[in-house]
Amino acid sequence: MFKKDVAIAGKTNVKSSVQRKIRERILETYPLLEPHIDTLMHKSEKGQMESISIRLSDRSLPFYIIKYTPKDSDGEPIKGTSKIEPLFYETKDHLIPHLKLVHKYPDCFYRLRVDRGAIRFVLSGATLMAPGLTSEGGRLPSEDFEGEDERFGDVDLERGLVVVVEAEGKENACLVGALKVGTAKLREEKKGPAIEDGWHYVGDGLWKLPLD
Amino acid sequence: MADVESSTSAPARDVVYCGVCTLPPEYCEFGGTTKKCEEWLNANHSDLHAKIYSEDAVTANLSTLSVKAQERAEKDAQKKAAKAETLEAREAEKRASSKVLIKRIERNKRKYVTCIQGLENFGMDIKKIAKEFGKKFATGSSVTKIPGGGEEITVQGDLAYDIEEFVLETYKDIPEDNVEVIEEKKKKSAAG
Repeated sequence: MFKKDVAIAGKTNVKSSVQRKIRERILETYPLLEPHIDTLMHKSEKGQMESISIRLSDRSLPFYIIKYTPKDSDGEPIKGTSKIEPLFYETKDHLIPHLKLVHKYPDCFYRLRVDRGAIRFVLSGATLMAPGLTSEGGRLPSEDFEGEDERFGDVDLERGLVVVVEAEGKENACLVGALKVGTAKLREEKKGPAIEDGWHYVGDGLWKLPLD
Repeated sequence: MADVESSTSAPARDVVYCGVCTLPPEYCEFGGTTKKCEEWLNANHSDLHAKIYSEDAVTANLSTLSVKAQERAEKDAQKKAAKAETLEAREAEKRASSKVLIKRIERNKRKYVTCIQGLENFGMDIKKIAKEFGKKFATGSSVTKIPGGGEEITVQGDLAYDIEEFVLETYKDIPEDNVEVIEEKKKKSAAG
């Protein structure tokens, strides 16, 4: 979705009541983030949420970031060191985490894996297709996993769920987006696009967006 | 997802991102600037470099693909690298040939504005720089469109030489020879 460089249409502070709502939505969609949510929003460091309106060719969508000033050992904010971290962006139906957030808390999302051959296509902005997930190097949820692979889960995922896609032989995720087809069906058909709504990959326009 | 308990306690992971292509270093090989990325990683995070670019890792990467797919990937990578290279060369050329013009324009008798053109060719965000100028010189400073297309920074006040000094000092990648200060007479006076 962000294959081309994105333009910023405007930036606004998010009211605290709206922040609360977003927080609730985050917890609803990603319950595993619960223990991290306060760190994430930098509550102790007076994190201020901002919404960047991102202009795409046919619409614009909000992208939430958090601005905060880290504190030193005495609890005093250090001047001039304020930082900005990306959080989530919002498409029509989903609240999708920015990949930098995913890299920080990889355990909090549903995960799949693609084989090595698919990485270069993913990184050049192609739609993720089913064979990349169903082949030997790919991983879909399965009951047969042992050890390391257990993190890919054993319950089939419904269509429309937001999943993080890792890559064979790589530590960090390379793609995030909503499933177009449920994983059970994917395994059965082994054909067609797997993720097609609002996806975001490392190195795309959203990734490269300068935040300050 | 399967084991909730262990994942809840895990703290945030700190991920290193490549200083050249901004991707996590393990993905540098797909970026087109692989060589530079490798050098950067070696210089800044040698432990990671050893892990990612070790011989074992590279052969392991190759063995998972069929020969044909390997060939295709290779070709693709080469193409990408070539593309990135030409892009960079063009950028460098543009940099070398383009100039920063600082103009002092008479607006009224003894009142001047200073216009700065061409900073964007050095990969800078002129909106931000305009703000900087305003702060530094305590004057009005804005980005205005110019008739020929493009934008320039307009700073209120007779500041041409101060700005030249400031630009050369703060933005080290602009060579001194590429900054030029010129004076522009008011157009009306020439006509009448």
